[in-house]
Amino acid sequence: MTPTADPTQKRPLGGVLSVEGLDALLRQLQDRGYLVIGPIVQDGAVTYEPIASHQDLPRGTGDEQRPGMYRLRRRDDDAFFGYASAPASWKRYLFPARSPLFRAERSEGSIQVDDTPPVQPRYAFVGVRSCELAAIAIQNRVFLDSNHPDSTYAARSKDLFVVAVSCSDPAGTCFCQSMGTGPEAQAMFDLRLTELVGGSEHRFVVTPGSPAGEQVLAAVPHRPATPADVTAATEVTQRAKERMGRSMDVTDVHDLLLRNREHPRWKDVGSRCLACGNCTFACPTCFCSDSEDANELGTGAAVRTRAWASCFGLDYSSMHGGTIRTTIPGRYRQWMTHKLATWFDQFGTSGCAGCGRCITMCPVGIDITEEVKMIQESDRVKTTGEMQ
Amino acid sequence: MIPRVHRVRERIQEQGDSVTLVIEPTDGEWKPFESGQFNMLWAFGVGEVPISISGDPSEPGRVYHTIHDVGAATHALCSLTPGEELGVRGPFGRPWDVNAAKGRDVVLLAGGIGLAPLRPVVYEMLARRAEFGHIALLVGARTPGDLLFPDELKAWRERGDIQVETTVDRYELGWSGHVGVVTTLMPLVAGDMAQTMGFVCGPEIMMRFGARSLMDRGVSEDDIQVSLERNMQCAVEQCGHCQFGEFFVCSDGPVFRWGRVAPMVGVREL
Repeated sequence: MTPTADPTQKRPLGGVLSVEGLDALLRQLQDRGYLVIGPIVQDGAVTYEPIASHQDLPRGTGDEQRPGMYRLRRRDDDAFFGYASAPASWKRYLFPARSPLFRAERSEGSIQVDDTPPVQPRYAFVGVRSCELAAIAIQNRVFLDSNHPDSTYAARSKDLFVVAVSCSDPAGTCFCQSMGTGPEAQAMFDLRLTELVGGSEHRFVVTPGSPAGEQVLAAVPHRPATPADVTAATEVTQRAKERMGRSMDVTDVHDLLLRNREHPRWKDVGSRCLACGNCTFACPTCFCSDSEDANELGTGAAVRTRAWASCFGLDYSSMHGGTIRTTIPGRYRQWMTHKLATWFDQFGTSGCAGCGRCITMCPVGIDITEEVKMIQESDRVKTTGEMQ
Repeated sequence: MIPRVHRVRERIQEQGDSVTLVIEPTDGEWKPFESGQFNMLWAFGVGEVPISISGDPSEPGRVYHTIHDVGAATHALCSLTPGEELGVRGPFGRPWDVNAAKGRDVVLLAGGIGLAPLRPVVYEMLARRAEFGHIALLVGARTPGDLLFPDELKAWRERGDIQVETTVDRYELGWSGHVGVVTTLMPLVAGDMAQTMGFVCGPEIMMRFGARSLMDRGVSEDDIQVSLERNMQCAVEQCGHCQFGEFFVCSDGPVFRWGRVAPMVGVREL
């Protein structure tokens, strides 16, 4: 795992990479055996895929995100990282949508289980946003800080190299600042880039966050950062904070939701929700899965696969005795109450990183920040008599 | 997450579409368990289901599961015959707190297949009989033909040191016992129940009424243990399916103190 940066430790100002320096960084990572994943434009969206050089990056591409709406736009500059976030998060690399658990054969009544773990790639993620790092930290808690650590997740994440990129252009659905998860990565990165696109020189202020990051940076041509570079980078983050589209008041949200399990708002939101599950698949922290058993036609072998599951599915809570959450309000309440409240009881952290994907990807534009607000307001009226 | 292969040693056809499988690990490495824990049983090529262990925790080497034949996976498991193999993961879950009942009277309330997860408690308490006060086992079944372990119930009754009462929801010819839901047996347990520890296992609706009838008799809600059931797939707090409020039933349960879960059991679809 990427060691957490120690904020008390004085680090140098870092360096400055040119666009050619960025290419040298990508090559350096490839030379060190990493499978380098970064943003590209594909099918009208930014998506995280293997990249070779800066030419693969979404240069000059921004995005527009609103409830139920995602659209790329042409920027008026050449920024490589000028979009807010990709609809599909990094989750699919560390916790793939489908992963094999085991294969078993039966001959003459005797079962042999083959549990040889598959060889996992060593990933370098380039362009990870602060909220996405927060999401990875949340999934680390779920899969690793467990009584039963997940070996597949551990194998995929232990050598992870993270190149974070500070956000310059948050989307209308972003609310990381209010969640304390962004817009500038503070920890969990090996290198952090802040892109400076205006002015005379297209460049990246680069800050190492780990010994591994320092080693890689030392092997890449760069110049020392000047105080002017550092000031410019700080301004990028400052502007990003001012442009944050949404916010969520999370004070007391745990107790708020648990004392409002019978709130009429669940029925209201449930009447709009299609139970499609988009939010759960887009969410970088949702971790639920199904165990799927299948049989190979030719060999008769039994194969078990772990596949993403959604708590919006009807069979998610089904048992022989019946299904627990038969209505959509019940399922929406489960999802949101888990994400924002019971997650704390289970993992000591919120399940929400404030990335806004669930808002953008919801086909009917349900906005989790708005749903919290509505319950908050009526709860305030109920508990204090205060009217808005 | 990888099942360990076990072989069926014995298959006992029980009443009420149920089968008890006595199984042994093929590698000889038997894992100890506590009363109330469960295993994930895997029928090759069909599926995997959580099944409580119904045997005696002090009997090493073998594992007993009493399986109600209700779906594809349980049907495949119930169809296994001696010598055939299956997969086992476990044991999982928080067990019954038998020691908490030391020095106290005990009421065991079982509905239907719910007697299976309570049978280890009976074995354990009878083996340590002097440590407990009065023990009452109240068993309800849909019909006389659905009553689990009738021979064992009879043997226990004949011991004289455990009160065994049975009732059925629906009368059938030849049945001379009680008729009615299991809580109607409660008046047969004599005395003050303020110091009694209750163990309740059955359908959720039965456990709600069972807990209520114990509380009506003075049992504290924190002295009632119930075993909850939810959809379980991983059994290690990772698949999410078994969530019940903040709990993962697979690991925080299946056994809970009623006082902890009662407010949540009352909320629909939680």
